[in-house]
Amino acid sequence: MAMSRLARSEAARGLLMVSPPALYALLLLAVPLAAILAFSFWSQDFLTIDFTPTLKNYREAFSEPLYMQLMLRSVLIAGSVTLATVILAFPIAYFVSFHVPPHRKSLWIFLITIPFWTSYLIRVFLWKVILGYNGVLNTTLQGLGITDEPLTFILYNANAVVITLAHAFAPFAILPIFVSLEKIDRSLLEASRDLGENHVMTFLRVTLPLAVPGIVAAVLIVFIPTIGDYVTPRLVGGPDGLMIANMIQTQFLKLNNAPMGAALAVIAMSIVTLIALFFLFLNRKYLRGRS
Amino acid sequence: MKGGGLLRGYALLYLLFLYAPIILLPIFAFNSSTIIAFPLSEFTTQWFREIPNTPALVESVKTSLIIAVSTALLSTVLGICAARAGAKYRFPGKAPILGFIMLPLVLPEIIVAVSMLVVLLALGLPLGHWTVILGHTLICTPFCIAILNSAFANLDASLEEAAYDLGETAWSTFRLITLPLVMPGIVSALLISFTISLDEFIIAFFLTGTEPTLPVYLWGQLRFPQKIPVVMALGTILVAMSVTLLTFAEFMRRRGIAKAGRKDTGGFL
Repeated sequence: MAMSRLARSEAARGLLMVSPPALYALLLLAVPLAAILAFSFWSQDFLTIDFTPTLKNYREAFSEPLYMQLMLRSVLIAGSVTLATVILAFPIAYFVSFHVPPHRKSLWIFLITIPFWTSYLIRVFLWKVILGYNGVLNTTLQGLGITDEPLTFILYNANAVVITLAHAFAPFAILPIFVSLEKIDRSLLEASRDLGENHVMTFLRVTLPLAVPGIVAAVLIVFIPTIGDYVTPRLVGGPDGLMIANMIQTQFLKLNNAPMGAALAVIAMSIVTLIALFFLFLNRKYLRGRS
Repeated sequence: MKGGGLLRGYALLYLLFLYAPIILLPIFAFNSSTIIAFPLSEFTTQWFREIPNTPALVESVKTSLIIAVSTALLSTVLGICAARAGAKYRFPGKAPILGFIMLPLVLPEIIVAVSMLVVLLALGLPLGHWTVILGHTLICTPFCIAILNSAFANLDASLEEAAYDLGETAWSTFRLITLPLVMPGIVSALLISFTISLDEFIIAFFLTGTEPTLPVYLWGQLRFPQKIPVVMALGTILVAMSVTLLTFAEFMRRRGIAKAGRKDTGGFL
């Protein structure tokens, strides 16, 4: 009896303590998300909203080639960004975890995170400066005599978006991989070596499999925000690099068609959720397969 | 170690890639040409002097500071509640509730922005500072929780029990024992949410009223080439400020770990 009352009061106190942030998230996240879902089933009737439930927006989203093209491009760009970011980031996380002395590790992590905390807008703009026709990269390459004329495939297209986002999300990929590498019991590597495996095989058969949860986390953390990015496609993407977020913004603020924008937002969110669940499923299956 | 040299070389190149835009920033801020490209012209501090003479810019900095300070306070308080509840109590629905609070971390910001905008417009509420503060608090709280979780988890529960046994009330124990021990975590949570809010663009872009925040103002300026050097100068100042703040946050975090008698194992996140 006394135990159960104690447990109940603990539960009550815990709920009381967690209620301010929980209510906040409920009011400012759950309610708006529900509203967006509702809006996507309504339609815009010139200046007013027609509240009759309809699938019109979804039909339009799936039949209009422009919307599907933007959606597909967003997935492809976000996928390439994720691939590039994770592949580039893995050696860094590996280096800091395995080759940097323990007392210097947090300094390295600090150095890696600093650029991430400086104005995102200005960073993206500076990539435009670096990649431009008369940009830093082109003038340097020409100055060194490596190229004769400016490279034009690196600005105002999808490549520029990938490069810029791979830069912006680098720390998001490095940190989870670093954490998972740090957790690896180093004696496992010695055991593998003692049993006659060489460096490469030890890496492939011990280190890499144990780092999979970190890699999956990195993939999700990079993929989810990049698919909804607005600034980068707008600044460096040119007409062929625009993504779904740009269209959502146009629908809401320029075309004044909130229901259509809401439907596109819901579709984008569903795609993100499906892909995220797929990766989490793979991860779980993989972990179960090993244990 | 074998392969270490190659990896180190790669790591240095990668750092160069990470820092490339930030190295260019001061170079163009002190360059007298209005065209942001090489070759450079002459050294000038003109762009820095123009900052205080641009009233719209000064106003947007003020707006951003008000919003960032309010956001930092609000999200840190909410973060303390969640982290404390997570570390100390067991209650029904704990994992889903805490997971839901962390959700904005994995939601594209544009979704947060448009969904809040839809509700605010439907309710007929005017947009202003407070709407941006509400949006920023939503996305900053998960970051605060992530930082504060480790501060509260490192807390030795027997210290609080000792205070209770010695006759302190729940509140005085919190004030005298818990708060000082988690203070470094609170300071870094404040600084990081302040920094995120100051830099956040998309939510501010959707939810701002007639007075733009600094990133929204900068976004407008990027379209006019002649305004860009001033933006570079301002960016240089911002970078210097954030590096200073973050160094301080990192210092506090390390001190917190040292206070709790733990070994340092990683960075902020």
